[in-house]
Formats: sequence, C-alpha cells, structure tokens
Amino acid sequence: MRLALEAGFWLLALASYWLLPDQLPLLSQIAIGALFVLSLDLLVGYAGVLTLGHAAFFGLGAYAAGILAQQGWGEPLSGLLLAAVLSALLGLLTAPLVLRGGDLPALMVTLGLSLMLGEAANKLPGLTGGADGLLGVEIWPIFGLFRFDLYGHTAFFYSLAVLFLLFLLARLITAAPFGLALRGIRGNARRMPALGTPVRARLVAVYALAAAYAGVAGALLAQTTQFVSLDVLSFQRSAEGLLMLVLGGLGALYGAMIGAAAFTFAHHVLSEMSPLFWQFWIGLALVALALAGRGGLLGLGAAALRRWRA
Amino acid sequence: MLGRVSRRGILATGAATLAAPALAPGAHAQGSAARIGLILPLTGPFASTGRQVEAAVRLYLRQNGESFGGRRVELLVRDDTGTAPEVTRRLAQELVVREKVRALAGFGLTPLAFAAAPVATEAKVPMVVMAAATSAIVQRSPYILRTSFTLPQVTAPIAEWALKDGIRNAATLVTDFAPGLDAERVFKERFTAGGGQIPLELRTPLRNPDYAPFLQRVRDAKPQALFIFVPSGEGAAVMKQFAERGLPEAGVRLIGTGDVVDDDILNDMGRPALGAVTSHHYSAAHDSAENKAYVAAFTAAHPNMRPNFMSVGGWDGMHLIAEGLKATNGAGEGEALLNAMKGRSWTSPRGPVTIDANTRDIVQDVYIRRVEERGGQFWNIEFDRLPQVRDPGT
Repeated sequence: MRLALEAGFWLLALASYWLLPDQLPLLSQIAIGALFVLSLDLLVGYAGVLTLGHAAFFGLGAYAAGILAQQGWGEPLSGLLLAAVLSALLGLLTAPLVLRGGDLPALMVTLGLSLMLGEAANKLPGLTGGADGLLGVEIWPIFGLFRFDLYGHTAFFYSLAVLFLLFLLARLITAAPFGLALRGIRGNARRMPALGTPVRARLVAVYALAAAYAGVAGALLAQTTQFVSLDVLSFQRSAEGLLMLVLGGLGALYGAMIGAAAFTFAHHVLSEMSPLFWQFWIGLALVALALAGRGGLLGLGAAALRRWRA
Repeated sequence: MLGRVSRRGILATGAATLAAPALAPGAHAQGSAARIGLILPLTGPFASTGRQVEAAVRLYLRQNGESFGGRRVELLVRDDTGTAPEVTRRLAQELVVREKVRALAGFGLTPLAFAAAPVATEAKVPMVVMAAATSAIVQRSPYILRTSFTLPQVTAPIAEWALKDGIRNAATLVTDFAPGLDAERVFKERFTAGGGQIPLELRTPLRNPDYAPFLQRVRDAKPQALFIFVPSGEGAAVMKQFAERGLPEAGVRLIGTGDVVDDDILNDMGRPALGAVTSHHYSAAHDSAENKAYVAAFTAAHPNMRPNFMSVGGWDGMHLIAEGLKATNGAGEGEALLNAMKGRSWTSPRGPVTIDANTRDIVQDVYIRRVEERGGQFWNIEFDRLPQVRDPGT
C-alpha cells in the first residue's frame, strides 16, 4: 500500500508534464521549492534544529552556480556540484555557532548569518551584480544534448530528476541509523549519549547535509532561470520554506514536497485570480489549515485514509 | 529512474506529438483577441508603480474602445511583487508560452526588466518597458521598446540648471542599483565638468532603506544642495527625514530627478517639499490640453489618486501597442509588430514624444520644475523646458 502511494506520487509528478503542459516553468519552480523544503525538513523536521536563515545556503548555491556559468563554465552538473560543496562548507563552518545554544539562539544566529550574507551580496556588485541581479548567466545543454528552452521542457525534467535522486538519498539517510539517531536527538538530546550517539557530530553532519541540499536547490533555480537576484538570500525565502514545511507536514519527506507543491500552486492560482489581494487569501488558507489539522496536509491525508479503511 | 523514463519515453513521444500544435508559437485563430501581458509590482514596496501603470493602461483601453485595427485587446495582468526578478521572468515565460501574448509590457524596476529581456529575445515578442529607467535596458534585447524615461536623460538637465543657478557645491544621495548609479554618474560628470564640486556621495540600499543617518551626514557636510534619486514611492520617506534632520534650516536645497517629488505622494509630503527643484519628463501640472484631459479622466476613474510619471509611461506604452496593432491591421505580431512600433511619434500628456527607430528608446521634452502650492495642493510647476532630449547613453 505504502509503496503504491509512493509510486503514485512520483508518477503524478512525472505525469504533470502532460497534465499541465503550459505550466512547465511553474512545475520546475515547484520541484526546486520541494528540494529546498526537503532540506529544511532534514534539519527542522528530523533533527529538530530550528532555523530562520536557510536561504543563506540556497542563495550561496544560486550565486555559486550563477557566477560559475557567468565566468564561462556553463556545464550544469558541475554547477550543482560546486554549489553543494560550497554550501556544505559554509554549513560546516557555521554549525558550531548555530548549535551552541538552544532553540532561540539558533533562530537568531541563522537569521543573522543569512542577513549578513544578503548584505554582503548587495555590497559586492562586482561579483553578484548587487541589486540589479547577476546578468549574463549562460547554461550549456545538459550532457551537451538538452538545451534549456523557452517552454521549460528541459528545466522541468532536469529539476524533477535532481529532486528525485536527492529524495532517494534522503530516504536512505533517514532510514539508516543516522536518521534514527537524529529522531532520537529531537526526542531527547540528553539521553542520546547513553545510547552511544555522538549528538554534536550528528547535528553538525545533518546541518552540512541540509546546507548542501539547499545549495543544490539554489543552483537549480539559477540554472533554470539563468538569472540570480538578491531575492535568493531573502528572509522571505527562509520563512516561506518553513511555511511550506509546516503546511505539508513536519518530519516526513513527502510532507515537505506536498507542502511546497500546495503552497506554490495556491500562490500561483490566487495571485492570478486577484493580483492585488492574493496575500490575504493565502493567509486565510494557512490559518484554516492550521486549525483544521495537525501534521499539515500529509496529516490530513493520512487521517482521511484511516477513516476510509475503517 | 532512468529505466522509468525510457519506458515512459514511448508515451512521451506520443504525448509530445499531440501537444505540439498547441505549443507552436503564433498559432492564433483568426479574429481572436490580441493578448497583452502586463507584468507589474502590484504588491510589496513598489506597489504604487504597478497601481499607477495599470490604472493608466485600463483608462486608455476604456477611452479608446479596446479594439485596434479590428482586433480586440485582452489585457492579462500579473503581479511580480517588485523584488523577485525570477518571478518576473517566469511570468513572462508563461504569458508567452501559455497565453501566447502579442506583447509583454509593464516592468516596474530595472532588475525585473533585465530578467525578462532574454524571454522577449528568444520568443521574438515585443516588450514595452513602461517604468524601468536604466539606460542599458533597451540594449538587453532587440525586442525592447521604452515609453518611460532614462535616468541620464532626466539627470543631465538638473545638473546644468544647478550650475546656472549658482550652485557650486552639491552632495548626492541615490539608491544603490542601476538607475541610481546612472543618475549619480551623470550628475557628477555634468556638474563637475561645469566647475561644481561634490563633497559627499551617498548610496542607500534598495530594500528597507533608512534615510535618517544618510541625511544626518549631509547636514554635517552642509553642501549648498543635495541631489536625490530614489525609486517612485520612496520620496515621502526621504522628504520626511529631510525636514526632520533640519536640512532646510541648514541651508541645503533639494534638487533631483522628479522621482523624489512623485506626483502620487507629493500632497502627503506637504510643506517640506516646497521649493524643491527637479527635472523630469512629466508633471501632472503640465500645461497642455492633452494633459488636462488626461488628469481629469484619470482622477475621475480614481478619485484618490493623481497620475504620476509612472502612469504616463503606462498610457503611452498602451498607445504604442495600439498604434502598432492599427498599423498592421490587427495582424501584427513578433517582428512585424515591433517594426510597426519603432519610430512612432505622438503627442502624449507629457508633450511630444518619439520612439527612436534605431535605439527603440524614448525621445522627449524634459522640464525643470519647482514644487509650489496652488489651491491648497502641491504641484510640480514647470518653468523651463529642454526640447526632445535623447538618452545620452552609458
């Protein structure tokens, strides 16, 4: 049953190409958003480390891939790799600062770091283009075969493929003893050393892993839109990521992806229907969902499934 | 994953064949409406720009019958929030691919126009920039035409005027993005070439700016004048701090491009704005029959708004598209529509304008104006005019 649902989810994701052939840019954006929320889920949902500045890694990845392409090396996969490595490094460097105190200090430190990075990008127009954005990003065809086209065919399959592979990896990781240890740490960090789990090392590792995931998501956005702006580092991106995660369901990989899809889709439909007041409707929907069900959309779905079976 | 894709590959080929006719660009049914995609910041910090442009475009369609060359115009409005260029780009892509628009229009700020330019080039769809004002925008795509203005175009005249008026020492305060840097560069070039000195050059961030500390530094330096450029909508915050920091008392005069004394919010600024001298291409107080009719119609439709320079960019942009459709009997799209729009001249509410056939940029009169109080309201009263100014280039 579970396997059938999972297969159905990915088949639906793939089938969206034919179901919504005119919406490919939006679908790519959903896949990229899903990867970003997946990364947040590893950190917040599994390990219980709170962050308000996850966009820092997303932005670093975006600028890394964008600048690499702008400087004349437009091969997409190496751009993803560079983004992952740099973001993971930044994660390793900043992990000691973030993991030092409790939840509130972590929120403040992550927020502070992302603000610093955003301001640095703003003040280095020679490197990042500043507030005008990074111009002249040219991405070569994937494997030299698939050109990034105006209709977004290539961008769609590329984003979805990267999301799928990284999802498989995340699924392996969370099912492995490493993932179980993370859940244990979230449950009760003080008792985990008694089971022989090095709490700190696990948290640093998952922080760097989540950073790398976010970096890849940023790189995907830079490559598929061939443009990078300061927006990639904005607080709003961090906050929306958390919103999507809570919306979909914390601590479940599918919840992260469903949340990203539902939020982006609702955002798109509502802003098209009423360009001036869409933010009001989004707010209303969020409040309604928070009151209606715990565990987000995934929780609601699971409850419905149980009722149907009973 | 790979296995699944290749098995699906057979299906893919089939579906692609079915979908192909729907995706082919230019598959317009005869007699269908000409769709125009209008992308504007309608929420967020630059929402006033979007509101002004949208109001003017809709007003134009209401007054001119919505059909041009026998083709009804259908307007598709999208909000890009003003600060997310990748959203602008995606919306442009969607409007071209899904809605098959004849032209893209709007574009509130320079980064947004930059992000959408490659879409116009690749899709061969004309893109009418109604607001963004960095000089380099028209070079980003051969399909871009502009009906707003450029910062160098309106900055050079105020530098010349300041020198003529005896100002020899002026500080500059600009927003730190492409149009602001354009303004700063041109003002500095012209002003120092004429013997002026610039003791202080300040740049404020585009997002969440706090003007107080910057203006305090200006007060401490006590130049004869302060040259200001900020994006439309930001003027009120600057003016408030300008007065609160006591710059008028310190003898610092306010000069700038007209963006800072934006007609939309000039009345809210009130007294501190009095006497500010700026150069710009449009004032709601412009004395002409066309403008009187325009302002009357605009305020009748929107009693709480006064049309500003952004609105007139929208009005003229829609006029340009309408003329292009008329000239091609409603059939124009892509290259044909673009060519029909190049080189046009008309009398706008702002005065005579031309879209240069080579640069695709606007040539227009630039006015020197002073803020004065008339009948309990504040207006930019024009007192000097430079005819047919071109963008001096980068």
